[in-house]
Amino acid sequence: MSWTGRAQRRGKFRTTLGGHSYTFDDLRDLLAKATPLRSGDVLAGVAAESAAERVAAQTVLADVPLTHFLDEAVVPYEDDDVTRLIMDSHDAAAFAPVRSLTVGGFRDWLLSWEADTATLAALAPGLTPEMVAAASKLMRVGDLVAVARKTRVVTGLRTTIGLEGRLATRLQPNHPTDDAVGITASLVDGLLHGAGDAVVGINPATDRPSTVRALLDLVDDARQRLDAPIQSCVLTHVTTTLELLEQGAPVDLVFQSVAGTQAANRGFGVTLDQLREAREAALALDRGTVGRNVTYFETGQGSALSADAHHGSNGGGVDQQTLEARAYAVCRAFDPLLVNTVVGFIGPEYLYDGKQILRAGLEDHLCGKLLGVPMGVDVCYTNHAEADADDTDTLLLTLGAAGCAFVITVPGGDDIMLNYQSLSFQDVLQARQTLGLRPAPEFEAWLGSVGLLDAAGRVPRLVPEPIRALMA
Amino acid sequence: MSTDPWETLRAATRARVGLGRAGDGLSTPENLRLAAAHAQARDAVHAPLDADAVVAALGERAGPVVHSRVADRTEYLQRPDLGRRLADDHGLERGDHDLAVVIADGLSARAVHDHAVAVVDALLPRLEGWSVAPVVVAQQARVALGDDIAAALGARMVLVLIGERPGMSSPDSLGAYLTFDPRPGRLDSERNCVSNIRPPDGLTYDGAAEVLAALMTESFRLGLSGVGLKDTGTALPPVAG
Repeated sequence: MSWTGRAQRRGKFRTTLGGHSYTFDDLRDLLAKATPLRSGDVLAGVAAESAAERVAAQTVLADVPLTHFLDEAVVPYEDDDVTRLIMDSHDAAAFAPVRSLTVGGFRDWLLSWEADTATLAALAPGLTPEMVAAASKLMRVGDLVAVARKTRVVTGLRTTIGLEGRLATRLQPNHPTDDAVGITASLVDGLLHGAGDAVVGINPATDRPSTVRALLDLVDDARQRLDAPIQSCVLTHVTTTLELLEQGAPVDLVFQSVAGTQAANRGFGVTLDQLREAREAALALDRGTVGRNVTYFETGQGSALSADAHHGSNGGGVDQQTLEARAYAVCRAFDPLLVNTVVGFIGPEYLYDGKQILRAGLEDHLCGKLLGVPMGVDVCYTNHAEADADDTDTLLLTLGAAGCAFVITVPGGDDIMLNYQSLSFQDVLQARQTLGLRPAPEFEAWLGSVGLLDAAGRVPRLVPEPIRALMA
Repeated sequence: MSTDPWETLRAATRARVGLGRAGDGLSTPENLRLAAAHAQARDAVHAPLDADAVVAALGERAGPVVHSRVADRTEYLQRPDLGRRLADDHGLERGDHDLAVVIADGLSARAVHDHAVAVVDALLPRLEGWSVAPVVVAQQARVALGDDIAAALGARMVLVLIGERPGMSSPDSLGAYLTFDPRPGRLDSERNCVSNIRPPDGLTYDGAAEVLAALMTESFRLGLSGVGLKDTGTALPPVAG
């Protein structure tokens, strides 16, 4: 039966807690009120008004059957192509193992021994973003880590991403003027520290196609000179990448920022059809060696609200974590190699402090993986957030324990183009050693071949001649 | 040329390459350098604007000091909507002006203290024949507060000089946002921005004033600002507020 043919239940939810009665307008309102506190939901006016109301909402949410999520959309089906994508691609057969469960029962099931890696992988097409967002709202940090750790999504192009016991990195050699020498210096520094196995990904200072092309050529040339199994990406708008693909540029990965509503994606100037077209063009180049995943997406809680594109059913706003999970439904439709939430970048009006950033990063990571997306995180903060390097260390280590596919690294953790702090190469070296994690296997073998990996799996501080030659 | 390859790297960029290690992590000096840079940026975000000092430096060009609807810094950081709205007791008098100039604390009062009046000094002589309203100093302000201020003053254009979000290596960066026909509800895409004004590392005062005067003249000629007014060379920063 088609979605539009179903009876759409729009009843209110009610409960009593501690002598107070609480009413929630619809599923959208219930999800928002059940969300752990974050500044963006307060800014949007959708957050619970008290701690008690939040727990009341969580209590009601725990009893909502998962099947209800197939009958009530948080953003109307007729208004939004992301909702249509979610509903129309839902796999009822894959959903069968959990279809009789409530949200609370689903949380317990996810934590159960029965829900092992193979079971969770098979379940992914049967889950909607709203279901996984709902379950995550009932989880604590320990739950978010435990369930994510056994959820695996493996992808590949020239390296294999997402394998157990591995933590890959995006090497992000940004420069405020896209200067080739400056970018090369940061690229070299990253490679010397064992970074770059997920992607060498540059945020260009300008979207000018000739500049983007020059950066693509720069990294592709370095890859060939070093015979290194890496993929590159210049994070420009998908229409620019399409133009460059037509000109024969060495495009490994099609990049786009995406969000969880059609209106927010319109704000990014992107449609699902454009993403399809660009993916097909990149696939046709057949540049992969170990896999054929050719897209890369970035997302982040608050992106829809910042575009005033967070509106849902009954004229109300949707909470930012639910919308973020919906963005992963967009990503998974295009078989990505990599997806990451830029969790602390957007600022304190969406995630105020280290506590909110930590939780959001772990929620995003879990929700993405449960939906079948190869999930990484840009562990980061801006200087106007109440956060510092202790908070990024904490999130990095918890993500490492949770089996995160990759994190983003910049020299010294200081991105001199985007003016925010992410992780340093050394942060990841330390976390890999602390947690016993290794780089992607193909890249690890290359590191060993050039002398950048000792017998204990450590990266010595030296400069092999072929890499040194890049600076000449 | 240096024979130390790490020195070669460091000379090629101001990115923090070739850092000293302790085991896999960063050495003590590197950690302290990063902490110091973060501390500078943090202090820039939280330092209050010394409005009296800015007014004194403006001299006879100074207009009223106004305030957004934000109560304190904590609220400012979480409620950009309130930082864009003018408090009711603003004391602005409606007139008829080509231009309103607003000096706003934004995310770095330090940038304002160090650079804002110097930009005004460099810019106003380049605007011969313009009627310019007395310069308003705004506290706990976002860029869009300029729209409310200009509407209250009766100005056809507003220039907001505002402290930008501090980076680790740039705690004192001033941004200049230009809006033609300012009124509440203007979108960021309807503004032009000249950012990173902070000599000697960034744009100079004369350099910024030159670009701004040209943009403002063209904006009046076209009757618009924003994406339709090209050749700014600068995109709006993503977290401009």
